[in-house]
Amino acid sequence: MNKPLPNSFRQGPDARGRFGQFGGRFVAETLMPLILEVEQAYEAAKKDPAFETEWRRLLKDYVGRPSPLWYADRLTKHLRAKAAPGHGAKVYFKRDELNHTGAHKINAVLGQILLAKRMGKTRIIAETGAGQHGVATATACALFDLPCTVFMGATDVERQQPNVFRMKLLGAEVIPVTSGASTLKDAMNEALRYWVANVHDTYYCIGTVAGPHPYPVMVRDFQSVIGEETRAQMMAAEGRLPDALVAAIGGGSNAMGLFYPFLDDESVAMYGVEAAGHGVDTDQHAASLTKGRPGVLHGNRTYLLQDEYGQILEAHSISAGLDYPGIGPEHSWLHELGRVNYVHATDQEALDAFQLCSKLEGIIPALEPAHAVAYVLRLAPTLPADKLVVMNMCGRGDKDIFTVAKHLGVEL
Amino acid sequence: MSRIATRFAKVKAEGRGALIPFLEAYDPDPATSMALLRGFPGAGADLIEIGVPFTDPMADGPTVQRAGQRGLKAGATLAGTLAMVRDFRREDDATPVILMGYYNPILSYGVERFCTDAAASGVDGLIVVDVPPEEADEIEPATQANGLDLIRLVAPTTDDERLPRVLSGTSGFIYYVAITGITGTRSATSEALAAAIPRVRAHTTLPIAIGFGVRTPEQAAEAARIADAAVVASNLDEQGRAKPDAVRKVLDQVRALAEAVRAVRKAA
Repeated sequence: MNKPLPNSFRQGPDARGRFGQFGGRFVAETLMPLILEVEQAYEAAKKDPAFETEWRRLLKDYVGRPSPLWYADRLTKHLRAKAAPGHGAKVYFKRDELNHTGAHKINAVLGQILLAKRMGKTRIIAETGAGQHGVATATACALFDLPCTVFMGATDVERQQPNVFRMKLLGAEVIPVTSGASTLKDAMNEALRYWVANVHDTYYCIGTVAGPHPYPVMVRDFQSVIGEETRAQMMAAEGRLPDALVAAIGGGSNAMGLFYPFLDDESVAMYGVEAAGHGVDTDQHAASLTKGRPGVLHGNRTYLLQDEYGQILEAHSISAGLDYPGIGPEHSWLHELGRVNYVHATDQEALDAFQLCSKLEGIIPALEPAHAVAYVLRLAPTLPADKLVVMNMCGRGDKDIFTVAKHLGVEL
Repeated sequence: MSRIATRFAKVKAEGRGALIPFLEAYDPDPATSMALLRGFPGAGADLIEIGVPFTDPMADGPTVQRAGQRGLKAGATLAGTLAMVRDFRREDDATPVILMGYYNPILSYGVERFCTDAAASGVDGLIVVDVPPEEADEIEPATQANGLDLIRLVAPTTDDERLPRVLSGTSGFIYYVAITGITGTRSATSEALAAAIPRVRAHTTLPIAIGFGVRTPEQAAEAARIADAAVVASNLDEQGRAKPDAVRKVLDQVRALAEAVRAVRKAA
C-alpha cells in the first residue's frame, strides 16, 4: 500500500463521519434526522465542562476508575522460561475487568446515558452479544431510573445465561432475537428496527465503535479513557511509553479505547486480535479484517464477512462478544494504513489462554480478552526482555465459566 | 420521457389513483415470483416494485424479512433479479419496474456496472433504503448516467428544514414512508397522512406514493386519494405463496387493490 500517510492518525472522522473511505451514515431516511440529532447533542455535550465533570465523577465513584495497570509477573516469567535468551517482554494488564459490571462497556454507556438525558430521551435500548454491554446499559438505566430494553440474539441468551439474569435483576427487559443466526448482528438489526419505530422518546445506546456516525467516534472518545490512563500509569511505572499494545476485537471498542491515545506515538506497535473461531481458513470465524472485504452494514462502510454477492455471512466465535461479521470503521482505516496490526486467535487458543491466565495470574479473563492473552503468549516471547507489552483485560470471565466448563467437558 | 413519468402522466390523465404492488424476487422460488411479476400488469398494477433480498433488511418487518430469507434460500441474487426484469420486458415495455433493496449487494456488484446492467435490463428506478441523501453521491452519478430514477424515501421524521435537501436529488416519484417504523407493522391514520402529504407536496411537483403499513383495498384507496399512489407489499406475502393457487390468490388480491385505487377520482 503506497498511500501517503496522514500527519496524524487521530484526526478522524471527517464531517461526513468517515475515516478515509470507512464509516459514514448509511441509514434509512426515518433514522437520519435522529442520527443528526445525536451528533449535534454529542458535539454540544463535548463542549460543556459540566458534562465531562459528571461523567468523570461517575467513572471514579461508581465504576471505580482508574482501573489498575498490573504487571503480570508470573505470566512474564512463564513466557521468558520458554523464550530465547534475553527475550520475553514484560507483560502488563490494563485491568478494565475490575470496573463495576465487569468490563469496559460501562465507560461509554455512562457517557451515552448522560447524553440521552440531555436529549430528553426517556427510554433506552441496546444490543448485546456477550451481555456485557447489556448489563452495563441495564446498570446505568437502573442508576438513572430509565426503562431499558436489551436486544440479544437467542443463541447468545442461551450461552450467556448469567448476564441475562443480571440484566433482569437490574430491571431491564431482555428481548431474545430469533432472526438470522440469532447472534449479535441480528440483535443490532432488531434494535435498529425498534428504534425506527420509537424515535420520538428512545435513545439507542450502541455498545461498540460501529454503527452510523457519530457512534464510532463517540464510543471511541468515551473508551479512550482506557488508553489515557494506561499512558499515565505506564509513565509512572516504567518512565516511558509501552512498546506494544494488544487488545481483542469484535466491534473493536476496547481496542480503539486503548489504541487511540497512542496512535501518533510511532514507537508503540499495536495488535488487534480478531476471533479466528475454528480457524480463519474455515468458514467458522469472526475475522472481518483478515478474511472480509469492505461493504456497508449497520450504518457504516467497513470490512465485513460477506459472500461474493454482498450477502452478510454469519460469524462464529466461542466468545459471544466477538461473534460479529463487521468491525468498527476506524479499525478498517487503521488496517489499510497499516498503523495497527490485525492478527487472530482461535477458539482453542483462547480457551488455553483462559486457563493459563487464571492459574498464573489469579485472573479469570472473559473469553473476549482471552483472545488477546492468546496473542500475548505468541508475541511476548519474540520480543527482547526490556520491551513492554500492555494488554487490555477488558472483561472478567465470571460470565463465561459455564461455556468454558462445557468445552472442557466439566458438568457444573 | 421515462416509463415512470409516462405512466404517472397517463394515470393523471385518467384522473385516478395508481397502484404499486411489491413482490420479493425469488420468493418462494424464481418461477412463482416470475409468474407474479408477469401477472401484475393484467391485475391492475400501474408500476411494480421488486424487493431484492438481503440478509440484513434493517427497514423491514418480519413478513418481508421472511420473504427475503426464502428468496435467498431459492438463490436470489442481484443478477438473477435483473434477469427477471429482462424476461418481463420481453412482454411488457410500458409498466415501470422499480428495484428496492439495500446498498451492500449493489456495492458488491459494482455501483456503475449495476446501474448500466439495470438500465439495460429494463429497470426504471431504484430505491436504496440505506443510502440517505447524505450518502447519495455514491450512486447518483451512475443512476443519472444510465437514466435511472433514484427514488428517495421521505419519512414522518423528515422535517421541513430537511425536506428540500431530501427532495433535491430525487426523480421519478417520492416514496412517502407512512409510519416511523418498519414495513408491514403498524398503519398510519388518514389524519396523519392528510397532514403529512401536503407538507411534502409544497416542496415537489413529483407524484407521491405512500408505502409502509398499507394493506387493505380501503387503505390503498385512502393513500391514493391523499397522495397519488399506494405501495402495497406485506399483505401479499401473507397469502402463503408456496400453495398451488398462491399466484392466483395474490393476483386476485392485486385486482381488488387496483379496483379500489382506480375508483379514487382525482383531478386530471
